[in-house]
Amino acid sequence: MPKVKVPRKSTNIDMTAMCDVAFLLLSFFILTTSFKPDEALSVVTPKSVSTKAVDAKNAVTITMDAEGKVYFSVSDENPGEKETIISTVDQLRSLGLTEEEKKAFIRKGSFVGVPLSNLKSYLQLNADQIKNFKAPGIPVTDTLNNDLVIWMRAANTAFAGAKMQLFVKGDNNAKYPSFKGVIDAFKKNEIFKFSMITDPENAPPGTELFKKQEATGSKKAG
Amino acid sequence: MAEMDTSSGGGHKKGPGVKKSKKLSTRVDLTPMVDLGFLLITFFIFTTTMSQPTAMRLFLPKDTEKPEEQNKIKASGALTIMLGKGNQVYFYEGDDPTKIQASNFKDIRGIIINKKKSTDPKDFVVVIKPTQDATYLNTVDILDEMTINDISRYAMVDITADEYKLVQLTEQANGIK
Repeated sequence: MPKVKVPRKSTNIDMTAMCDVAFLLLSFFILTTSFKPDEALSVVTPKSVSTKAVDAKNAVTITMDAEGKVYFSVSDENPGEKETIISTVDQLRSLGLTEEEKKAFIRKGSFVGVPLSNLKSYLQLNADQIKNFKAPGIPVTDTLNNDLVIWMRAANTAFAGAKMQLFVKGDNNAKYPSFKGVIDAFKKNEIFKFSMITDPENAPPGTELFKKQEATGSKKAG
Repeated sequence: MAEMDTSSGGGHKKGPGVKKSKKLSTRVDLTPMVDLGFLLITFFIFTTTMSQPTAMRLFLPKDTEKPEEQNKIKASGALTIMLGKGNQVYFYEGDDPTKIQASNFKDIRGIIINKKKSTDPKDFVVVIKPTQDATYLNTVDILDEMTINDISRYAMVDITADEYKLVQLTEQANGIK
């Protein structure tokens, strides 16, 4: 009987195809990735079924941390409005801010978490000092001394022509009174529309919203 | 793919005097490159922010002192939900706060749905009253619950002193600190 010849196959696999796939995926992830911005405050936002994406343009953000301290910040894309805001606040409360101190506010990534009475000394701090600075937060819970009202009035003036997008970014553990103080500050300035920044969540199955989303096939809500 | 044909005129027999030049293979081992590729992929997968934050819209009612501008609600169609400490929810139907009942975030959905089914849609309104012990998470959760259950009429109102007292009494009775 003739011997059956088993051809010896090389164990060398052509890696080219795999390499192609790897780099294709790599380029995809490089292009789609957006790095988390370095945030001075760590805030864990609650989840909601809302699916509207956050647009950073013309954004004014009120941040509440876990202790209920309130911070005010304006999008870095609007340096002109930032300038108007700080000048208006300066005028409204006659704080006597210098050009240097105003520039500290217009600087990128700046946010304010101090009462107006301390604003001048806060803006004199340099970047390193701010990192170690323990901000007391803008006072909001006291109805008579709600500093956020002044900030919101200034923001309203600055964004008079454009459409201001107002965001509230709160931590899960922030207490309701600070949130109420923020809402009161909005109401006093006749601002009745705002958005809360949340993490996305799917609608629970079986509910009205779930059925609605199923029916339309889209995930539009809120 | 990764090799190139370097033999010129393959199959030709060269003359006896021609020196056979050594043929170098151009085949490159791509395994390290693939390794590197996947390493970078894992890096980008881990650093990428998958879920973009979303915005939840809220419209506030205008504060008004004039009674003719205020929205009147029928007491029979009202469901008042109060948020207490320790993620607890208290609710009552109609306009009698003494009929307060304790609940939690899991059960409140069923209560809302039941009330919605049993009332005329024209009269149905949910009144949300967070106490000072409630967290921001509770507030967002209950507002989210309105979206989930497709409730078009709801309002966020300050809690009255009497209601807060009732909530505190119920909290004490249930041993919630």
